Amino acid sequence: MDRDPRVCVMGEDVGHYGGSYKVTKGLATKFGDLRVLDTPIAENSFTGMAIGAAMTGLRPIVEGMNMGFLLLAFNQISNNCGMLHYTSGGQFKIPVVIRGPGGVGRQLGAEHSQRLESYFQSIPGIQMVACSTPYNAKGLMKAAIRSENPVILFEHVLLYNLKERIPDEEYVLNLEEAEMVRPGEHVTILTYSRMRYHVMQAAKTLVNKGYDPEVIDIRSLKPFDLYTIGNSVKKTHRVLIVEECMRTGGIGASLTASINENFHDYLDAPIVCLSSQDVPTPYAGVLEEWTVVQPAQIVAAVEQLCQ
Amino acid sequence: MHLICHYIHEPLYMFSPITHTHTQHKHLVSNLFWKRFFPMSICRLARSRTITRFLKTKICPFEIHERLITPNYSFFHACSSYKTLAGNFTRKPHELWDKTANILAFRRFESARAGEQAEAVSYTDDDEDENQSIDFPGGRVTFTPQIKFISESTDKRVPCYRVLDDDGYPFAGSRSEQVDKETALKMYKSMVTLQIMDHIFYEAQRQGRISFYMTSMGEEAINIATAAALSPDDIILPQYREPGILLWRGFTIEEFANQLFGTKNDAGKGRQMPVHYGSKKHNFVTVSSPIATQLPQAAGIAYSLKMDNKEACAVAFTGDGGTSEGDFHAGLNFAAVMEAPVLFICRNNGWAISTPISDQFRSDGVVVKGQAYGIRSIRIDGNDTLAVYSAIRAAREMVIREQKPILVEALTYRVGHHSTSDDSTKYRPLNEIEYWKTARNPLGRYRKWVQRNGWWTDEEETELRGSIRKQVMNAIQVADKTEKPSLKELFTDVYDRLPLNLHEQEKSLRETIKRHEQDFPADVPL
Repeated sequence: MDRDPRVCVMGEDVGHYGGSYKVTKGLATKFGDLRVLDTPIAENSFTGMAIGAAMTGLRPIVEGMNMGFLLLAFNQISNNCGMLHYTSGGQFKIPVVIRGPGGVGRQLGAEHSQRLESYFQSIPGIQMVACSTPYNAKGLMKAAIRSENPVILFEHVLLYNLKERIPDEEYVLNLEEAEMVRPGEHVTILTYSRMRYHVMQAAKTLVNKGYDPEVIDIRSLKPFDLYTIGNSVKKTHRVLIVEECMRTGGIGASLTASINENFHDYLDAPIVCLSSQDVPTPYAGVLEEWTVVQPAQIVAAVEQLCQ
Repeated sequence: MHLICHYIHEPLYMFSPITHTHTQHKHLVSNLFWKRFFPMSICRLARSRTITRFLKTKICPFEIHERLITPNYSFFHACSSYKTLAGNFTRKPHELWDKTANILAFRRFESARAGEQAEAVSYTDDDEDENQSIDFPGGRVTFTPQIKFISESTDKRVPCYRVLDDDGYPFAGSRSEQVDKETALKMYKSMVTLQIMDHIFYEAQRQGRISFYMTSMGEEAINIATAAALSPDDIILPQYREPGILLWRGFTIEEFANQLFGTKNDAGKGRQMPVHYGSKKHNFVTVSSPIATQLPQAAGIAYSLKMDNKEACAVAFTGDGGTSEGDFHAGLNFAAVMEAPVLFICRNNGWAISTPISDQFRSDGVVVKGQAYGIRSIRIDGNDTLAVYSAIRAAREMVIREQKPILVEALTYRVGHHSTSDDSTKYRPLNEIEYWKTARNPLGRYRKWVQRNGWWTDEEETELRGSIRKQVMNAIQVADKTEKPSLKELFTDVYDRLPLNLHEQEKSLRETIKRHEQDFPADVPL
């Protein structure tokens, strides 16, 4: 917002309250009430407003208080955000960033634990990225704001408290690139967002057991970084996908199809995809824990793959 | 001043209520004068809404008048309805006195008649007022010990602003913008062009030359007069029945034809269905099919203009059907809260495909919804070119000066079918359509006025119609033969640059075409 006066933020309670997860804390006092806009509760409305503002030259960042609420804005996101640049023949650009916390939290109930990436992935014209660490959150956010395309940035409710040392100098990450978290030889584990931490935990156990997993945080959910993924598959010949989406129609499902199509010859075993069951996320703590993929399951899956 | 004089000369004894003694009567009447009429005239002189509002909180009788007084205050002042307003005002008090008297007489039976009290007023004293208001989030409200429902309808509908009568004669005392000959003629010629264009393109669809078309027949005045009243910097968010605005701003008939035929010369590169025009250089946002999605976007565009401090506003159109969409509520509410300079124009043409307005909403049209959002609104006769021109001019000026949204409801009639996929004779009577097509045609009325000013003749009319017809026919011929957009336009503009997956998909498509050339259309250049 400092660098470009056209950047503005809009969403519910983003102004003086600082956002429901304090992401926009302090911005309203610094940049004023107009650039950090508190909106009434109408998701399709402020998303539509952001699209209109973007068409006229501003670069708005829309915050969904919880990603699940953006389902109310689906019409604007699909029919207008993704399509207007195309249907207008390139005359109107929509450089908007839509972000918000999503994913399964701690006992937030079914409606507040949605994985919107599986619903949005089909919309043509938008780009989707998911951040998982403070380092890539900053880099991807900057890249998303600077991008001329509409970008949906998926944050995770449970990852806001992470602390990490990041470089002082300015850096911008590539929106279409995946991150190599841990290079390895035996199996490629593809993951993103919070599942990265479950995978890394499982990786410790696996290393103790003598396996050498290669962990890649795919970051770019649309389009997939098939270059990095492909190179990894060619090296290890085994793929495990660990995601938080539901089994049907999730990111894992698309990724499985994509890898099968492009790298079938390099696979020694069918791709295994670990995802949540096709159920609404329950409130009860124990049930909620078992609807999300746990490190134990990841270890078991790797052991089976590598037999 | 007119108002004060009228009341001073009115014999005061005519206000005698039934149950009051003479002294009380005098008290009430002088109360009436000082509390109501005097401040009202001050208001007219001061032309200040804040004073009106302040005084209104002090005075409770005649609450029915609220609607007449506040919303279109400054605009009404300039209108012919000013006279009718004053007229209403003089007539009402008699009735009201009677009603007030009844209430006072039968007070103890009130709770049983709570529902019937819908339009009755409560009489409160000056002292009572001060103590009977209470604080809540949102401000102070006076409270009342009676159950009083605001009626769901008023006996009088909101009047509509009109300048010319059906024969093209201006009403006596009507106030409107002066239109010079050049603008008046340009408006008329554009309306004729729009009408002819609509007819011929509609026929072209019927002959199978284009796949789809929507006419704006019957709404030419709204299209053209609005365009004339706005400035070219105002950004338009159309619904789909406003091609006249593009026409006014210089979109050529050839460009219209190119979009309809989806040729390579189309600004939209053949990607949208016919009638979904869009032109950035004319400040006309590409039409998007889902209804009312443009309304919240208008708030965003206005927000952007506000940030840039531009002397322009966003103008968003919708039909009567569009006001039922959730986006209508959201867009208007937003614009009001954000104080965004948007001009919302609702073309109430009576039909949403086959849904008549009686099935669309139960309110008095769309204009009354404005107040619910805190938006100033006005109802105009959409078939009266001069009325539309003046009203939009005034509204635009207010929007930009006060940086607040305004809602304009233009009453009109959809003469044509909803689109070429519709046959409206199936749900409405033929004679109704004929009546509006001939007797209430906006062009006919305006033409009479223009010709009476000596600015237009019958010969020029036939000449113009002939030449436009030729131009449109020619444009169709040319567009029909023009090349379609090339295959690469299928993949460009989805993103700013072609991403890897689209590159692959394009490559694979081209390979498939090369292998099976005979299965693909020959007229699409690769």
